[in-house]
Amino acid sequence: MTRAAVSVQNVSKRWTPEGRAPVLALDDLSFDVAPGEFVVLLGPSGCGKSSLLYMIAGLEEVSEGRLLCDGEAIVEPSAERGLIFQEASLFPWLTIADNVAFGLSIQHVLPERRREIAVETLRRVGLGDMLDKKPDELSGGMRQRAACARALAMRPKVLMMDEPFAALDVQTRARMQDFLLQIWRDSGASILLVTHSIDEAISLADRVVVFTARPGRVKTIVPIELPRPRQSRDPRYHAYRDQFADLLADEVDRAFAEQEVV
Amino acid sequence: MTMRLEADGLTGSAGRNRLFPARFSPWLRRSLAKLGWAALSLGLFAGIWEGFWAAGLINPLLLPPPHLFLQDIPGTLQYFDRSNRIGSVSTGGGILPLLITMAWTTTRVLVGLLLGFVAGVALGAVIHYLATLRKLLLPTILLLAPISPVAWLPVAIFVFGIGDKPAIFLVFITLFFAIVLSTGAQIESVPKNYIHVARIMGATRRQTFWKVVLPAILPSLFMTLRLNLFGAWMVVLIAETVGVGTGLGQITSMARSTFNAKLVFFTMGIIGLLGFLSDFALREIQRRMLWWVAPGQGGSR
Repeated sequence: MTRAAVSVQNVSKRWTPEGRAPVLALDDLSFDVAPGEFVVLLGPSGCGKSSLLYMIAGLEEVSEGRLLCDGEAIVEPSAERGLIFQEASLFPWLTIADNVAFGLSIQHVLPERRREIAVETLRRVGLGDMLDKKPDELSGGMRQRAACARALAMRPKVLMMDEPFAALDVQTRARMQDFLLQIWRDSGASILLVTHSIDEAISLADRVVVFTARPGRVKTIVPIELPRPRQSRDPRYHAYRDQFADLLADEVDRAFAEQEVV
Repeated sequence: MTMRLEADGLTGSAGRNRLFPARFSPWLRRSLAKLGWAALSLGLFAGIWEGFWAAGLINPLLLPPPHLFLQDIPGTLQYFDRSNRIGSVSTGGGILPLLITMAWTTTRVLVGLLLGFVAGVALGAVIHYLATLRKLLLPTILLLAPISPVAWLPVAIFVFGIGDKPAIFLVFITLFFAIVLSTGAQIESVPKNYIHVARIMGATRRQTFWKVVLPAILPSLFMTLRLNLFGAWMVVLIAETVGVGTGLGQITSMARSTFNAKLVFFTMGIIGLLGFLSDFALREIQRRMLWWVAPGQGGSR
């Protein structure tokens, strides 16, 4: 068996809000992501799934358990594990090409080579003629594609996305999902995507990790055995949708009840 | 802003080709319209003043209207001195001494602003990142910040003596504390994801500061600089009156003590012009160097 691209082993995360008792956000999570696999983390908001991404990215520390990337413990951030946020978070003072080349400039790649890689990567995400535009001049979907290009320029093994399409309108969202699948096939990277949209999970994932409400635990892992491109009219698609709706309904009810108590 | 809207209106679809020939570029037409409004505004102001004079409502010795204080420019110019020395007998006459006096005052403002900006950003960043230093220095900074720069004048003279330095110091103080405090607040509000992106790309703390934090906070700091520009022009004149003995402030002071109202108003006009031009220059610098921020907007996103 090949080594997992990401291995989550008994990971827990505790927050300590100032002057209050620690809160358990994530409780004893374990699952693996195979190289080149597309895994969606699905769960009610506030279940700590984003926090897991930040820990895999190396931006936050685990409280307990181990996180491995390609067999090695994750101790600090690395461009091998790219992270894309809900907002594109492009630097407004750089052109699109310079934004994409930002990581390369940090690693002292020569300017000509930087430009070359940026041009090629932007062409791959369909922004070949936006090189010298400012981020402000791009639409939300284009900005998010540029953010993908910024991560892809570093040739990541794992691409993590924290609700990347939540801020986009429905039409753009559907197009971006197609785009993402194409990028995924093209780059060979593993993808870990956080969402609370059931449809997004079914359209994209090889496997869906369903989270419980706080504290976040792995409720179940569902492989999506539908050929791509996936049709939402497919009766099997509907079956998945019902399955996830049932799984999440319990959690949302619980989360809601807890909020009322607090 | 309203100015610009009106200017656009003048050349907009309703008034197109009516005032200016069609072969003029839109930029030229807009500029001419703006200039027209500026002239109208000044003309109205001067006109009212002249009207009061014509009606005999004001004493021309105390409030000479523009046509009187602009009437004898060569005579007025003889009060300006070519040298930057205190107490030198004015070598005036001609335009050169005027320009030299203007240049000295402007230099004091610019040097003071530059020093205040650079030192302010440096100290603001250092106390933001080093917690111990922050706890040690911030209380003192907060105590000193609200003190009017004018109150620093005696200190400046005690420390630096009479000359350029106290004036530059006063301008420095005008900007310095504002920039120190603003730098900390702005670094605080840099979007967390910008920092995350830098860390994921493997940036060191130094790279993160120079490549991400500094460009992110620069537009707001520049806004702070612009807001303090007029303050800088105010204190430099006071400093020149008391602690320098040369420059436009000294001329105004001398004009006051010799009861030369024409010279007072002439110098005031020059000061206004310089203030306007320096603000314009800063706006242009902002537009060219900080092009990612729309003009008039300071915040980082």
